[in-house]
Amino acid sequence: MEAQLQQLEQEVLAKIEAAADLKSLNDVRVAYLGKKGPITDLLKGMGKLSAEERPKMGALVNTVRESITEKLEAKKALLEEAAITAQLEAESIDVSLPGRPANVGNRHPLTRVIEEIEDLFIGMGYEVAEGPEVEKDYYNFEAMNLPKGHPARDMQDSFYISDETLLRTHTSPVQARMMEKKKGENIRMICPGKVFRRDNDDATHSHQFMQIEGLVIEENVSMSDLKGTLGVLAKKMFGDEREIRLRPSFFPFTEPSVEVDVSCHKCGGKGCNVCKATGWIEILGAGMVHPNVLEMAGYDSKKVSGFAFGIGAERIAMLKYGVDDIRHFYTNDVRFLEQFHRTEQ
Amino acid sequence: MLVSLNWLKQYVNTQDLPNEELAERITRSGIEVDAVIDRASGIQNVVVGYVESKEKHPEADRLNVCQVNVGEDGIQQIVCGAPNVDAGQKVIVARPGAKLPGGIKIKKSKLRGQESNGMICSLQELGIEGRVVPKAYAEGIYVLPEDAEVGSDALAYLGLRDTVLELGLTPNRSDALSMLGVAYEVAAILSEDVKLPEISYTTSTEKAADVLSLRVDAIDANPMYAAKVVKNITVKESPMWLQERLMAAGVRPHNNVVDITNYVLMEYGQPLHAFDYDKLATKEIVVRYAQDGETITTLDGQERTLKSNNVVITNGKTAQAIAGVMGGAESEVSDETTTVVIESAYFQGLSVRQTSKEVGLRSDSSARFEKGVDPNRVLPAAERAAQLLAELAGGEVLEGTVLVDELSKEPARVVVSPDFINNRLGMKISLEEMLDILNRLQFKVEAANGVLIIDAPTRRQDIKIEEDIVEEIARLYGYDEIPTTLPASNVAGRLTPYQAARRTVRNQLEGVGLYQAVTYSLTSAALSQKFALQAEDTTRLLMPMSEDRSTLRQSLIPHLLEAASYNVARSQENVALYEIGSVFLGKTAEELPREVEHVAGIITGKWVDHAWQGEKKQVDFFVLKGIVESVFAKLSLQNRVTFVKAQVDGLHPGRTAEIQLDGNKVGIIGGLHPQEQKDLDLKDAYVFEMNLAAILAADTDVLTYKPVPRFPAMTRDVALVLNSDTAAGEIVAIIEKAGTKLLKDVRVFDVYEGDKMEAGKKSVAFSLTFFDPERTLTVEEVEAAYNKVVAALAEARAEVR
Repeated sequence: MEAQLQQLEQEVLAKIEAAADLKSLNDVRVAYLGKKGPITDLLKGMGKLSAEERPKMGALVNTVRESITEKLEAKKALLEEAAITAQLEAESIDVSLPGRPANVGNRHPLTRVIEEIEDLFIGMGYEVAEGPEVEKDYYNFEAMNLPKGHPARDMQDSFYISDETLLRTHTSPVQARMMEKKKGENIRMICPGKVFRRDNDDATHSHQFMQIEGLVIEENVSMSDLKGTLGVLAKKMFGDEREIRLRPSFFPFTEPSVEVDVSCHKCGGKGCNVCKATGWIEILGAGMVHPNVLEMAGYDSKKVSGFAFGIGAERIAMLKYGVDDIRHFYTNDVRFLEQFHRTEQ
Repeated sequence: MLVSLNWLKQYVNTQDLPNEELAERITRSGIEVDAVIDRASGIQNVVVGYVESKEKHPEADRLNVCQVNVGEDGIQQIVCGAPNVDAGQKVIVARPGAKLPGGIKIKKSKLRGQESNGMICSLQELGIEGRVVPKAYAEGIYVLPEDAEVGSDALAYLGLRDTVLELGLTPNRSDALSMLGVAYEVAAILSEDVKLPEISYTTSTEKAADVLSLRVDAIDANPMYAAKVVKNITVKESPMWLQERLMAAGVRPHNNVVDITNYVLMEYGQPLHAFDYDKLATKEIVVRYAQDGETITTLDGQERTLKSNNVVITNGKTAQAIAGVMGGAESEVSDETTTVVIESAYFQGLSVRQTSKEVGLRSDSSARFEKGVDPNRVLPAAERAAQLLAELAGGEVLEGTVLVDELSKEPARVVVSPDFINNRLGMKISLEEMLDILNRLQFKVEAANGVLIIDAPTRRQDIKIEEDIVEEIARLYGYDEIPTTLPASNVAGRLTPYQAARRTVRNQLEGVGLYQAVTYSLTSAALSQKFALQAEDTTRLLMPMSEDRSTLRQSLIPHLLEAASYNVARSQENVALYEIGSVFLGKTAEELPREVEHVAGIITGKWVDHAWQGEKKQVDFFVLKGIVESVFAKLSLQNRVTFVKAQVDGLHPGRTAEIQLDGNKVGIIGGLHPQEQKDLDLKDAYVFEMNLAAILAADTDVLTYKPVPRFPAMTRDVALVLNSDTAAGEIVAIIEKAGTKLLKDVRVFDVYEGDKMEAGKKSVAFSLTFFDPERTLTVEEVEAAYNKVVAALAEARAEVR
């Protein structure tokens, strides 16, 4: 019986070895270890043995069964691994083939510039205010210290709709409306928006463009606060190494008024074609709010002071991204728009 | 304003600063120097020559062969094509090897067989603008006065060894529209003094008042009028130095009388006018308002029609000049003139501005009056002109000035405290430093009781209030010295909910593949209402620059179509754009149109283009509808939106829907009409436009968590045979109504129209999801709910397949 058992073991092990796939392996398991298999038969036949031989034989059968089971498991693992390997080989792909394109769009570069500036100023406690594109002459000019007949408000330069209404020439009327609404309270706002001037569209002029103005009215606000604030803006838009300088200028709604230059982001101030060899680029106009503007809106110009500034979004975008023709912003050529995917902080 | 440094140095010591540095100092102190122009730049080897003889070129009618004495190198033959060249002239000669502006080099050459050793030059060839070259020499070479030394440097003789600063003046600094004004500015910057011209001349015993009377009947517009009378003058060419000065300042020399008035205008900033006394004929000057329709022929030969608000200078009868704008032809100074009346007057800026605009005439005079001239220079300017007429025209100045003067010449007084100045600047400038700056500016200042009492000179019309002094101190102290600080108080800033939601809409549209476009608010009247959600009265410009930009838009779609068409024409066939912008509707009580922010989009071309796996999809209605729905989903409004078939001009009648939010129209979506597509050269294009303001105004619940389902959902499908024109949306509505509270979702999963269906019928299959958050539903419960749906469908004559 022992010999029979050993022969059986040899036979099974050979079949396990020969099994080429999981199915034939399973067939071997069922054939030999199954309820109708020879091992089971052997165990059933144990009753005929003597009480002395029975445990000895039982142990032997179990050893053989365990050995077969072990071999079966080992072979199964092998075959499973081979099956996965085969599957992986069959499923291999050319990863260099193009992916299914996911459609992506992005912000217009002008909106990008505006939102970057909005976010910067929100962080400094400003609110974002908006107002109508068609304005009353009063808010656009008179409240900005440009009374009727002032040389700087020529009919030829503005799109009038009637004697009293026009397309706003700057976003300053939003400031005027805000001052009127706040009735003497502190203000910290920026106002982005479309503005209009009577210009023929060419590489550097556009009858419609985007402006972002800022206004702060508080007690003791000073030119140094203006200079500090604009310094933060310049660094945000053109890099941490940028410096600004103020040059005296004139606007009817501010006194003193300044033009603000930023050190050239292209050459770092050494002089290049972008800064016309000066090392500086003019980026915006600013100043301390003219007392007439404050008084007209009901503020006591002896008690509070304010500063204001105005930036052209196109100018910033043109400098920052090296755009050479302002009309690109309004033709909406996809080959232009798609260049502004990346976000920058 | 063009400032010759040679001229400027007559009045102020510029400390031998290099020109560029002087320009920088001026710019940084407040007057921008736009350009530093070296007038001799690019010119070399140009000398004074003497034309000994002139002969016709044997082979060219228009050329002359001249023998020219050029000094050291003796007589040289030069071929000259100028019509005015002649023997006996002193001329400008560019020698062989000479360089002229524009990179021109002069070489020895032969012209039609005749040797030519150089070129006889016009002023234009030396870089002088044609419009300032004296008329006599405008079409030919320039003839130098006889005192020019043969062989000497012609540039030096012509005053071209000079640098001109081109000032870009802001409107407040009209004081710098004169050489003296610039001299005061430079003096303040460099802490120097100003040397004023010395005025002295001998007068005749005859009194001006005896030969000329004066009356001003428009005193509000003309509060001061001074007239000098100069007799026995000889009208001729001005001396070289005077012509040089004028040309450097960009003014064309004419004759000594006109040149003197222009010279004094440039020197003092006070416009003058010279009348021919004999042509005035009445021994009288009357300043009055014009009569409506009164005409005058001005110096430029044009007849001008005046209105009653224009001021004219008359001889008591007819208009002889438009006050402050331009003189009249009738009393113009000519070569025969022997007696002149020099007018130096103060005309109010607003009046001159209005007149200048109405008659369409701007001049050096009107530009200065408009901005306000110095009341204290009216008389000195008249005296200066008299002096020069005596010196340069041999004139005899009659004694006295004929004068009407009701003009205040008081300086503006400003009282300001040093603390105020320092507070506004955020600085700590000492009182001494402030006083020093004000003294350099030649402002009269007194420090008393903690304040500065300042009398600004009348030449500085821009100094009126404390803040003006703040600026003067700051600009001369140096803006670079201002420290950098930030406003002290702490406040929080944020976007409004509307602004934040608008960014969400942008992000969503871009996230699904649309590029943001920005287009113009102005369009043509024809396009202004096209595709409008709500056409109302349009807003039109009073004076459009073109019909294409004449009217404010009421829809964003036309410009998006234009942009799509632009791209397609450049082989960019796949276009997906959106825009957020305002439309302009009707008119409010404030007389302004109602501005409503809209969002619109366009897609055309392929939406999916994944060729190698065989996936390609052209845009269609449902691609765009899905995009629109995703926007509503982002705003938590997806269950409140419906699409209802609609007709919109310009859109495909079978592929257009009105977008409704809570049953109210908020937008349109549809395919572009084939005719429109043809007109725009577009293939299939789909557009939408929605009232963004209305959508973002919709109330939404506060965002709160709902438990994630713990029990399984069950689905039942139902396929229906429907008439082809029945909208699936109607059926969904019936199902949703009938489905009890257990029905959580209804989806269309199949639509079939074709061979296997009866004509005019279609099969639509719906998948119904039933769900109870509290427990697992039984089959019976679901069956009961499903049967209710089927019953409702049967009632609506939707046949279950």
